[in-house]
Amino acid sequence: MISAVPLEWVLILASGLFCVGLFGALSRRHAVSMLMGIELMLNAVNINLVAFWRYTQPDEVGGMIFALFVIVVAAAEAAVGLAMAIAIYRTWQTVNVDSVDSLRG
Amino acid sequence: MDLVVQIMFGVTGLLILGAAFMVVSVRNIIHAALWLITCFFGIAMLYLLLQAEFLAIVQILLYIGAVAVLVLFAVMLTRQIDDPDEPVLFQRWRSTLLITAILFAAVLVPTIYNHNWLIFADPQPAFAGPRELGFAFMNAYLLPFQIAAVLLLAALVGAIIIAMEDQEQRRVRVLTLAEEVALRGEREPSPPTRPANPQPASSSSNPTPPPAPEQAGEGA
Amino acid sequence: MYDNYVFLGLFLIAAISFPVLPLIVARLIRPKRPTPIKQSTYECGLEVIGDFHVQFKIQYYLYALAFVIFDIEVVFLYPWAVAYPELGMPALFAMLIFLAILAFSLVYDWRKGALEWI
Repeated sequence: MISAVPLEWVLILASGLFCVGLFGALSRRHAVSMLMGIELMLNAVNINLVAFWRYTQPDEVGGMIFALFVIVVAAAEAAVGLAMAIAIYRTWQTVNVDSVDSLRG
Repeated sequence: MDLVVQIMFGVTGLLILGAAFMVVSVRNIIHAALWLITCFFGIAMLYLLLQAEFLAIVQILLYIGAVAVLVLFAVMLTRQIDDPDEPVLFQRWRSTLLITAILFAAVLVPTIYNHNWLIFADPQPAFAGPRELGFAFMNAYLLPFQIAAVLLLAALVGAIIIAMEDQEQRRVRVLTLAEEVALRGEREPSPPTRPANPQPASSSSNPTPPPAPEQAGEGA
Repeated sequence: MYDNYVFLGLFLIAAISFPVLPLIVARLIRPKRPTPIKQSTYECGLEVIGDFHVQFKIQYYLYALAFVIFDIEVVFLYPWAVAYPELGMPALFAMLIFLAILAFSLVYDWRKGALEWI
């Protein structure tokens, strides 16, 4: 992998995934779709971490452990975020985030 | 051998990016969730290519096993009859697309190519299997390991509190100040009715104490 | 170093073609004469009532949350178990603390009544 694929290719793949996830998180109206975009962004960051671990420090486990903690924190974030989406739906009967505007001044 | 690895990387990258495009562009949200699972699977394949085997297994176990199940359940719990004329994107999606495309083409790619990455000239075959990870968890990373448990405890307790429904009395939307004032003004002539809410604001006009204690006793 | 994955790739191809191939063959050779009765939704032989957009219960989500707890426990337990014979007693205590913290959230789940099916 190291001799065949340069690091830049992996980084560009990860940054493309990050931009797609950013677009999804900023432009979808459905609350769960926004969370899906955020999950894509977290995965792109994880690809970066693993790629740097493999290409620059393959004899230490630090990069892998960092990626592992990111996955665990993403699971916790998804649990809380989706619970908020469910609570929003129960209270407002909608999941479109632009109709939840009772805090607007 | 190099060509095979390059082809594998290309196929995996196309799978990841294509599935991600489908996640943000497809109309049906259940289909978006299924494409999200496809994207996670492609990322697990990429981890295998990068020789992070344990992380690939964790990706499948935690992302496809847990996060995707949470997403699918949340979609099923919040589904409404969607009418086909309603847009799935905000009005501003064109400017968002422009901004992300500029970010990718003008910022990220030149930065990646202009930077001189410190790569080992002669890389040894890496192996960080579960045994090395276990040693690291019990020695150098013991504190983050326990803090992760505390974080998970906080997140799950919070998620249960947010998601759980009060059985006796459905929580009513908190009124804004303007609505409160308007409600006070029209209370004298007639009792207020708010057709937008499933449970109108009657509980805010005559508050009743919540029946908390006996309900907590039943739950145990 | 990817030699081990050749068998995995062959296995993947076999596993994908096992369900897909019979479906393609069946699509090629079967006769196709649809009628409204044949195309109606099958639900245990009964008439289908209502829309498929039903509202699911919140209990599904709460059970999924309990599943997430156990899933993350497995992810951390596996490398610990592999390294345990060389680590010994302190690792056991460290893992017991970790499990106790996570078990507390399950106890909270239980006491709150989230695991009851209503």
